Amino acid sequence: MAEQLSWKVGGQQGEGIESTGEIFSMALNRLGYYLYGYRHFSSRIKGGHTNNKIRVSTKKVSSVADDLDILVAFDQETIDVNYRELHANGIIIADTKFKPVKPEDTEAGFYAVPFTEMATELGTSLMKNMVAVGATCAIIDLDVSVFLGVVEEIFGRKGETVVQKNMEAIQQGYKYMKDQLGDGTSSLALPPADGQKRMFMIGNDAIALGALAAGVRLMAAYPITPASEIMEYLIKKLPKVGGTVIQTEDEIAAATMAIGANYGGIRSFTASAGPGLSLMMEAIGLSGMTETPLVVVDTQRGGPSTGLPTKQEQSDLMAMIYGTHGEIPKVVIAPGTAEEGFYDTVEAFNIAEEYQVPVIVLSDLQLSLGKHTVEPLDYSQVSIRRGKLVKEGIEPREDKSYFKRYEVTEDGVSPRVVPGVTGGIHHVTGVEHDETGKPSESPANRKAQMDKRMRKIEALPHVFPNPVYKNATHEEADLLLIGFNSTGGAIEEAMERLESEGIKVNHARIRLVHPFPTEDILPLIESAKRVAVVENNATGQLASIIKMNAGYPQKIKSILKYDGNPFQPHHIVESSKELI
Amino acid sequence: MATATTATFKDFRNSVKPNWCPGCGDFSVQAAIQRAAANVGLTPEKLAVISGIGCSGRISGYINSYGLHGIHGRALPIAQGVKMANKDLTVIASGGDGDGFAIGMGHTIHAMRRNIDLTYIVMDNQIYGLTKGQTSPRSAAGFKTKSTPLGAIEQTLSPMQLAVTTGATFVAQSFSTDLKDLTAIIEAGINHKGFSIINVFSPCVTYNKVNTYDWFKENLTKLSTIEGYDPSDRQAAMNTLMQHNDLVTGIIYQDTERPSYQELVEGYAETPLADADLDLGEETFKQLVEEFM
Repeated sequence: MAEQLSWKVGGQQGEGIESTGEIFSMALNRLGYYLYGYRHFSSRIKGGHTNNKIRVSTKKVSSVADDLDILVAFDQETIDVNYRELHANGIIIADTKFKPVKPEDTEAGFYAVPFTEMATELGTSLMKNMVAVGATCAIIDLDVSVFLGVVEEIFGRKGETVVQKNMEAIQQGYKYMKDQLGDGTSSLALPPADGQKRMFMIGNDAIALGALAAGVRLMAAYPITPASEIMEYLIKKLPKVGGTVIQTEDEIAAATMAIGANYGGIRSFTASAGPGLSLMMEAIGLSGMTETPLVVVDTQRGGPSTGLPTKQEQSDLMAMIYGTHGEIPKVVIAPGTAEEGFYDTVEAFNIAEEYQVPVIVLSDLQLSLGKHTVEPLDYSQVSIRRGKLVKEGIEPREDKSYFKRYEVTEDGVSPRVVPGVTGGIHHVTGVEHDETGKPSESPANRKAQMDKRMRKIEALPHVFPNPVYKNATHEEADLLLIGFNSTGGAIEEAMERLESEGIKVNHARIRLVHPFPTEDILPLIESAKRVAVVENNATGQLASIIKMNAGYPQKIKSILKYDGNPFQPHHIVESSKELI
Repeated sequence: MATATTATFKDFRNSVKPNWCPGCGDFSVQAAIQRAAANVGLTPEKLAVISGIGCSGRISGYINSYGLHGIHGRALPIAQGVKMANKDLTVIASGGDGDGFAIGMGHTIHAMRRNIDLTYIVMDNQIYGLTKGQTSPRSAAGFKTKSTPLGAIEQTLSPMQLAVTTGATFVAQSFSTDLKDLTAIIEAGINHKGFSIINVFSPCVTYNKVNTYDWFKENLTKLSTIEGYDPSDRQAAMNTLMQHNDLVTGIIYQDTERPSYQELVEGYAETPLADADLDLGEETFKQLVEEFM
């Protein structure tokens, strides 16, 4: 029996490929399996090859699998594009409708199953997906009754007949495939899972839930791949706490509206991807200069320009750290898992208010859109810290002098009062200003205010919880692998394989990318014989940041992938061996 | 602590000396806002003036109230965010014609469609002043500036016609020297439940030698002098604007029926969001988590 299984369904976009994967994985999630999904799709609604690869395991899995056990094909292209991933024991099940052709150079099993025909006989060809799910169950030896609850949930509102028909489609697919396979245990049968209820969500869900738990009341956003799910979730949930989402006319409006709302005293944010972030840069500068809290989520996708809108990349890093003209204090946090996406988003709102700075929550497409099993989220870890927010009790001043909103303080953070509060009147401007917010071009004031702003975040690397995730057991490693965001899963798996070959590997994943936690990572770099920075971009952006902060330009090498697809463990294993 | 419940226009004055040129129309706009704020019963703490960039954008720093001087063209989205955060505040957005009708035009149109309850005051001098005299979307055809030395060849934009067609619920125009009328219009704009746009002809004495105080006095028609003018008649509003080449002052159009954005938002809190307790509560969180299981 396999401990884990990799399953992929593919076909033309708009044919229900996504829902096939959804139903399959929902049922497995309920049985207590750990899942890790990755969708390959195009920037179009109908047509074009799409596939959904889902890894199923009895243990936590955090990366796209190297190979494939079962390929469900609704067209020949799915077979042609994906069959090389199948290992020798793998199985292709293909719809008879398109007269599938088995590739000559594969040892994988091949079964043509009348998905469409059976579905049509049951009433509608739309149910071909259900037939395919049933056939899969026969291969992995899964009792189809587990699908009943899921099918009821999805089709229940369409009536009992629809539920019954869909269940029948699953059963028929199961039976047909069982007959084909004959007696005996399938080598792809899954061992039973623990039956635990676990969350199954995309990274964007976790980020949106984090925003809600952080007390957000207004999200201002413009739709974009792969960020839109964050606004879509909050459109449903914010009204329950009296708030709302405003779909703005563009990303500039989204960022500036969020700034206005934060200035007005609430927690507000926006989320976008590279093109939207480019438009927001001036607003981010305003947030930095006026010390108005702002949280922006950047779900990275393939750039530059429109780039690869539906593909994985991590090429916004430099833009997020350095973007906006002039110099501002800014914080960039890069969660690596959905769990971290939740906690880090909560923390982003706290940091934004405590330090009165813009905070970028950096994600990437694989994390944002991949649907994963998520460990229980601990609400007791959610705290709401609003820093030096002043809402009442300001001593009255007879002379109408302004409140010192930008008072020069030791830690650089000044008391922040919001409109409506008596005695708190001050001015806010993106022009250089004095302690009351009034414009000032005095050199002494400029220096005092610039220093004050910049020193606010100096201590953050020492305060931020776990700025570097470390899996580092070796005092002297042969290789230190460093990454950020979603590559961590593939790195960990690569590490296990390298270790099994006797290579000592440490792993460090940067969670606080700016201000950079140099002191935290430096000992690992110093003690490693080789260092490789794994990232989905062409120029080694994180490697540059590390070299700039920690030194060791000769020792630090890059493992890069920028073809639009995520790292699989074998990529990292192979590249690592070349470096050692 | 005691909170002042009434204020006079003097309470809205601060000690900052505006950096506008002597004779600039913006001085009167500043005075009108201060008077209108006092007349509608505001105290300085309850007013937020959000402004853009340009000569007129400095206005938020010259009024004793909460004020935010943002980035070029974005006063409106910032102001809308402020109002969404605290519905008890009176929010005035302001800026020049370049700010609102060139770089910020997209926001102007959508703010009118959205109808969040705030008042937008444009100081329209038909030129770029702070950058020392370039053409604006409001400049007349043939108008010679540093950027149009042979005369502007683009069509002049009509913000008032645009406002009427875009669905703005309060559309008014005024002239900076008519302090009494301007003050009354700003009061009406503040009292209007929804988005109000007030375009104020505010002459630039330094760079616009065509659209001068005298020119406006000669060419403007007060809507109050047009017999039977009914600002609730949208068609008449358009006709009047076209007949007078937009050179009218007064309330051009007002729709008192349409609810403001905040009244239409599902579930929007009745008390200011800024006062909300941010803790979601463990029970609610648990329910949200279970939806993903």
